[in-house]
Amino acid sequence: MIPASFTYRRADSADQAIELVGEYGDEAKLLAGGHSLLPLMKLRLAVPEVIVDISRVRELSYIRDENGHIAIGALTRHHDLEHSELLAARLPLLAHAAGEVGDPQVRHRGTIGGSLAHADPASDLPGVVLALDATLVVRGPSGTREIPATEFFQGLFETALEPDELLTEIRVPKRAATGWSFQKFTKRAIDWAIVGVAVQGDAVALINMGATPLRAAAVERALAGGASPSEAAEQAAEGTEAPADLNGSPAYRQHLARVLVRRALEESRA
Amino acid sequence: MSIMGTRVVRVEDPRLLTAGGTYTDDLRVPELAGAAHVTFVRSPFAHARITGIDISAAQAEPGVVAVMTGQDLDELPAPPADNPVSEPLLAKDTVRFVGEPVALVVTDGRYQGEDAAELVSVDYEALTAVVDIPASIEGETLLFPASGSNVLAAGGAETSDDAAFADCDVVVERTIVNQRVAPVPLETRAAAAAWTDGKLTVWISTQNAHWSRDAIAGGLGLEPTAVRVITPDVGGGFGAKIGADPDGIAVAWAAKKTGRPVRWVESRSENLVAMTHGRGQRHILKIGGDRDGRIKAYRLDLVQDAGAYPRMAPLLATLTSLMASGVYDIPHVETRFQVALTNTTPIAAYRGAGRPEATAAIERAVDLFAAEIGMDPAEVRRRNVIPPDRFPYTTPGGAEYDTGEYAAALDKVLAAAGYDELRAEQARRRENGDPVQLGIGLSTYVEITGGVPEAGETARVVVHDDGTVTVFTGSSPHGQGHATSWAMLVQDELGIPMEKVTVLHGDTESIPVGIGTFGSRSLQLGGTAVHQAALEVKEKARELAANELEANTADLEFDVAGGLWRVRGTPDIGLDWGRLAQLAGPDGLVADVHFTSDKSTFPFGAHVAVVEVDTETGKTTLVRHVTVDDAGPVLNPILAEGQRQGGIAQGAAQALLEEVLYDPQGNPVTSTLVDYSFVTATELPSFELVQMETPTNLNPLGVKGIGEAGTIGSTPAVQNAVVDAVAHLGVRHIDMPTTPERVWTAINEARAGQ
Amino acid sequence: MKVTITVNGKQMEDDIEDRTLLVHFLRDIAGLTATNVGCDTTSCGACTVLLDGESVKSCTVLAAQADGGAVTTVEGLAGADGSLHPVQRAFHAEHGLQCGFCTPGMVMAAVSLLKENPHPTEQQVRTGLEGNLCRCTGYHNIVRAVLAASAEEGA
Repeated sequence: MIPASFTYRRADSADQAIELVGEYGDEAKLLAGGHSLLPLMKLRLAVPEVIVDISRVRELSYIRDENGHIAIGALTRHHDLEHSELLAARLPLLAHAAGEVGDPQVRHRGTIGGSLAHADPASDLPGVVLALDATLVVRGPSGTREIPATEFFQGLFETALEPDELLTEIRVPKRAATGWSFQKFTKRAIDWAIVGVAVQGDAVALINMGATPLRAAAVERALAGGASPSEAAEQAAEGTEAPADLNGSPAYRQHLARVLVRRALEESRA
Repeated sequence: MSIMGTRVVRVEDPRLLTAGGTYTDDLRVPELAGAAHVTFVRSPFAHARITGIDISAAQAEPGVVAVMTGQDLDELPAPPADNPVSEPLLAKDTVRFVGEPVALVVTDGRYQGEDAAELVSVDYEALTAVVDIPASIEGETLLFPASGSNVLAAGGAETSDDAAFADCDVVVERTIVNQRVAPVPLETRAAAAAWTDGKLTVWISTQNAHWSRDAIAGGLGLEPTAVRVITPDVGGGFGAKIGADPDGIAVAWAAKKTGRPVRWVESRSENLVAMTHGRGQRHILKIGGDRDGRIKAYRLDLVQDAGAYPRMAPLLATLTSLMASGVYDIPHVETRFQVALTNTTPIAAYRGAGRPEATAAIERAVDLFAAEIGMDPAEVRRRNVIPPDRFPYTTPGGAEYDTGEYAAALDKVLAAAGYDELRAEQARRRENGDPVQLGIGLSTYVEITGGVPEAGETARVVVHDDGTVTVFTGSSPHGQGHATSWAMLVQDELGIPMEKVTVLHGDTESIPVGIGTFGSRSLQLGGTAVHQAALEVKEKARELAANELEANTADLEFDVAGGLWRVRGTPDIGLDWGRLAQLAGPDGLVADVHFTSDKSTFPFGAHVAVVEVDTETGKTTLVRHVTVDDAGPVLNPILAEGQRQGGIAQGAAQALLEEVLYDPQGNPVTSTLVDYSFVTATELPSFELVQMETPTNLNPLGVKGIGEAGTIGSTPAVQNAVVDAVAHLGVRHIDMPTTPERVWTAINEARAGQ
Repeated sequence: MKVTITVNGKQMEDDIEDRTLLVHFLRDIAGLTATNVGCDTTSCGACTVLLDGESVKSCTVLAAQADGGAVTTVEGLAGADGSLHPVQRAFHAEHGLQCGFCTPGMVMAAVSLLKENPHPTEQQVRTGLEGNLCRCTGYHNIVRAVLAASAEEGA
């Protein structure tokens, strides 16, 4: 299958990307790795008139140790996150989860920013940045603003990004070494998570348990109140709106959330 | 030393590994220069009346050569008046499944086709969709009102003999599902066609060039001699590329109608809804026997989902019935079948085609019986398999099993798997309440192969004057390695090294008669034909050599290693094949054979699957799969093993993952490879294959078919293993695919019921 | 738009529709038909090629995105003297292919895998090939082939 016709424009810098998006407005779609957008375009579920290709904006591909936080350029590919020594040392949860996204070919093209901006609740990295208390830096025609991950994901495939804005950086606060775990439950390794759980310290995020990735607030409260991992995990489905699809009913997903949160908490504390 | 039975790497591979195969869409032949592209417009409704089609917008698109609809069908031969359920090339009045072709557009460019197809505007008036089997049989809505019923065919026992179950200690009854799956050859369907000087040449991805020729000629009202079918490389078929589908015939029609060469390759999204599906049966099982393990009665009451049109569904149901009792000697066997039309993709052959369903049913039934009497399922099988001294054995259903060593196969596979240690490990985990439980699943199977053996297969072997050989085979490979196997057969008889043997196939012009590859028939029929043609060549050579050397034929000896004919006692004078071909005349030394057999062969085997089931999440991991698959003597072990491995994977995938699903309106919900859980390398272990060879006496090579064995044996073994892993929790059955949620639900229900 | 892509060491330039997928550039413009299309959803991997040395699914990359880049397909894998790449040799020796349709993509995925992890375990090979579907082999001999190739020098 082939996408409907569109006009291709390439941006070589973040500024140029913002300029192009400003020029075309709603008609334009940003193309980073393209592994979420192009399949939708081929199935003609997305028919943008203009594609602004930002995959060559090299200035947005980096992983840096900055004072107080790790800064990750939005166009850093999953493959680079997976193999980053800095992340392995400082943010192993992110490096590990990036290695679980899609398949090797997808990880060679797909980017963290593309994944976050696409905001698929079944995707791995939105849940991970939520567990990491990351801040997302976005740039638009009127400058730069910072959005906490907790406010970034607003609905099914909906984010706090304005149409003329570009996600440029993900900042993850450095913290004392805490345990982490990433539990991705699938039928096949290549599938999106039926349910996923990302744990960093006492932060617990749920993947595919609602229209957006969620923090398991009840679990976190129980932990803060001194509950054991297995006790706290019993609260995992609270406040979720698990979807029903081919891979699982809401009841099954709620059950999985409890099992996976318990396993994640136990693993992160082992 | 004979090359037979040795591990010869394939002669096909260097080309496939460096230049890639030439599949239909890869053809760059002069006849297709400037070919236009065909794109189908397909029904988005499961059941609807077509009230109007507006093609004007599509016609106005750039690059559009033609738009064809059901209105154009009038120029083709009318469907037989006595067939109320015939399938048109393009739907005219009514659409009966999502994906049914409604129109086609012919465009200069590939990309233009999809744009133009979107602009064909079809008005539909929705009808009630008949999606499941009960609704079909009930018949409130009929797919073909003129036929009076949705039941396409029925057969088997007319009455139920309950008395046969009355004196059994134990009787178990259960309804199970053998779900609909998608064949998904990696190459989707494809065809190309050119109409020149009143003659049609069609390139098509098929398992049977000749049957395709006949279908295309019939569909378009042409003489078979006016149609030439060529099958380039074929990227997998698995039964779903038997013959030519309506889509392929419509492509040929487009070439004839427009006068332009055309090409077509379907997308995967089309393929998953418009290529035939497989399986799709519902079984009501009843098995009875005594507590000593002896099975006395078995009943299989089945309904085959046909999908929307009668392709091969009646045949599948017949094969399932025929093979119902499997490897067991059961005094009373009763089968009954119905074939029901539904508003879903038509069902046809998929690797095994009717036999995996029979095996899955009986193997589940035997395990249910074993669980009920509390006996080890291996022991129940041992006590009921047909003993070797009963062959040839005619089943109550009328199948005549040629040769079999069923108990030996079972014992061999159990030993290789380390069955007793596995059971001990299982007991340990059960005792410890390990969240990850071990399941051990068995299946013992027999299947019928040869696919229309009486039609046989053809071979022409030609020895040329340069000492090379050309083999023309009527068989039609799509990955099996015929070029290698047939060359081995020639080398073995004629002593001509296989590098000098060229194998040609899949062209109805150079090979006037042929049948094709399906039903695990190639080696036993096509291979035998090559073998016999080589023998005939040898006999002709003997005559020619005797003549030339002025000796008696009886005094001639053939040095296979040197490829030389000599008169006994005169080792210095010999004639080589090139010389003999010269002596034979300008056409070389030729033999034509059409080998037929009036009987089928019955390969058999035994599988052990070992799974781990996470009882908290319900997720199954296949950790080992050990098999004995006995199809008689093996010509080339690497090819036979390859067939078994691929088959095991497909069978295991049906047990664990794969299922085609529809919503209540008949909309397919598994129409991409994101939603259809095609098995990947990560879900499978390496397989452990055990060799066993029991020849048949039905052909001179002693060979049976190996193509489908792995699939037939593996599905029930894996399903039984999953049930076995949680049997101690009270679970007796889990329908396929045994997805995590299904296993979790089964555990919950068993716990709630206890 | 005009794009220039180096395919198997040869520069190819063409004026293409903006929406042209890389796989169609390779098949229809460069005339290299080994790379196949097996799905619409980036699932099957039949179209896998190396783009600037890394495996990508060429059905999910616009030719425009590869402009200025270098693509290697299976046709460009063997040495100039025709000597097979170790992965090609191993697929042949281990019977790692049957119908051959997934093979070009599978081989390129394997080449990329071994480049990143020269000595993988069986499990790593299986996960490394999770993006490539095969219906014929059950993956058994494909896995064997990749492991065999990894044992060879220069794989």
